[in-house]
Amino acid sequence: MATVPISEGLFTWPADEPALIGGQCPGCGAVTFPLRTGCPRCGTVDLERHLLGRTGTLWSWTSQGFLPKAPFTGQFVPAEGFEPWFVGVVELPGELRLESILAGCTQDTLRIGMPLRLVMMPFRTDHLGNEVVTFAFAPEGE
Amino acid sequence: MPDVAIIGVGLHPFGRFPGKPALSMGAEAARAALADAGLTWADMQFAVGGSAEVDQPDAVVAELGLTGIQFTNVYNGCATAGSALALASRTIRSGEHEVGLVLGMDKHERGALTADPEEYACWYGEMGLFLTTKFFGMKINRYMHDHGITHETLAHVAAKNYRNASLNPNAFRRTPLSPDQILQSPMLNYPLTQYMFCSPDEGAAAVVVCSAPIARRYTDRPVYLRSVAVRTRRYGAYEVHTPSASPSSSHVPAPTVDAAAAAYEAAGIGPDEIGIAQLQDTDAGAEVIHMAECGLCKDGDQNELIASGATSLTGRLPVNSDGGLIANGEPVGASGLRQIHELVVQLRGRAGDRQVQSEPTVALAHLYGAPGVSAVSILST
Repeated sequence: MATVPISEGLFTWPADEPALIGGQCPGCGAVTFPLRTGCPRCGTVDLERHLLGRTGTLWSWTSQGFLPKAPFTGQFVPAEGFEPWFVGVVELPGELRLESILAGCTQDTLRIGMPLRLVMMPFRTDHLGNEVVTFAFAPEGE
Repeated sequence: MPDVAIIGVGLHPFGRFPGKPALSMGAEAARAALADAGLTWADMQFAVGGSAEVDQPDAVVAELGLTGIQFTNVYNGCATAGSALALASRTIRSGEHEVGLVLGMDKHERGALTADPEEYACWYGEMGLFLTTKFFGMKINRYMHDHGITHETLAHVAAKNYRNASLNPNAFRRTPLSPDQILQSPMLNYPLTQYMFCSPDEGAAAVVVCSAPIARRYTDRPVYLRSVAVRTRRYGAYEVHTPSASPSSSHVPAPTVDAAAAAYEAAGIGPDEIGIAQLQDTDAGAEVIHMAECGLCKDGDQNELIASGATSLTGRLPVNSDGGLIANGEPVGASGLRQIHELVVQLRGRAGDRQVQSEPTVALAHLYGAPGVSAVSILST
């Protein structure tokens, strides 16, 4: 079975080094993610496709200490023995801040300002048996 | 002379009421507010109703009386009651009507509020990011990093609100909890533990408003609605349900800051005049942040203010004297009118066991919620 992205148009796939697909405003230059039609800063339409940088720093974070109800579909949590995972706001320098799952982290290793890089993570298996992957950020060196 | 007065307030208790429809709770709250004003439903010239779960709050007329009244339904997320109050205020100030009822009601399922993720992006919900609780965790975690707020301060905020609720027969969670019990409850979204969060629940609240010059026909203790302002997020703010925001170099304040500034300006009242406040405490961290965002203290001063009891019932600036959202829960459409109910009761000096000692004459009510909306109201005697 194939490995498929959680959503088309969210990141380049397949790719040796996948990148998140954002948009850049041709009017004011603001960068946004995901790619949308209108600019959140000035309202200009028809943002240009812009591949985001793959490294950033942690702006803030929290733990996810309970299983979210629908529409959450992740299967990366063990069926037995729930373990919290972590989510954060990652700042990509000169571009934007974005929300992401954090991979390869523990509460003790997370520090605001720490360097992070984009990774792909197995997310769930779909009804055809394909492995669905999504994006996450992980500490440099993980 | 202010334009708009509040002459009656009524509440249906907040909590869980299996089998009881939201509209029945709404009708009880409306009757209580009308009785408090010494008026009847037939005296109402207009009404505004707010709810997240009830499509048509105006259906309450089936229980109150089919008088043909002008009845407008509003929904504006967690700021619903602020928008309802703003509409009522404008209706009176424009001269269209002189006396009316503002009503909020809701009945939510258990668990964190969610919304249709199709309105956002599917992947965002699928990844578990479409959760208000994780936003509040990240916002206060960053705020603690920037301003040195401690875990103990968060626990003391929640403990204060449970303590206040133990004196409030209408509250949902009335059992006092110690800061240690709060800190040791399960960690839901770091640094926020289970007992630091409010829960969506059920309840209703209502207020009767009228043109200020005629208020003394109905009461010898009118409370004036000095201003209401509603604002949404600007580019650069980091808010609920935000897949991406500007770089931090372009960071701007939250909509609460803008709503508070507009409300102060419209009222001609400054933050140093506020003697009691109701702040959106979706979680203990939110109360801490909103103290500063509403201009009631500087960033970082909350550790000292809360430790010294300044925001308790005996302090100089009581906050969430009825237990706030943490102890009352949040029936979205009613929550902001519960705040107004409590402030009016306190300004009248009739809050009984939980009457604050600061003898306030000016009060502030604040709402905040997804996807970055805030309402701030200022009241005075």
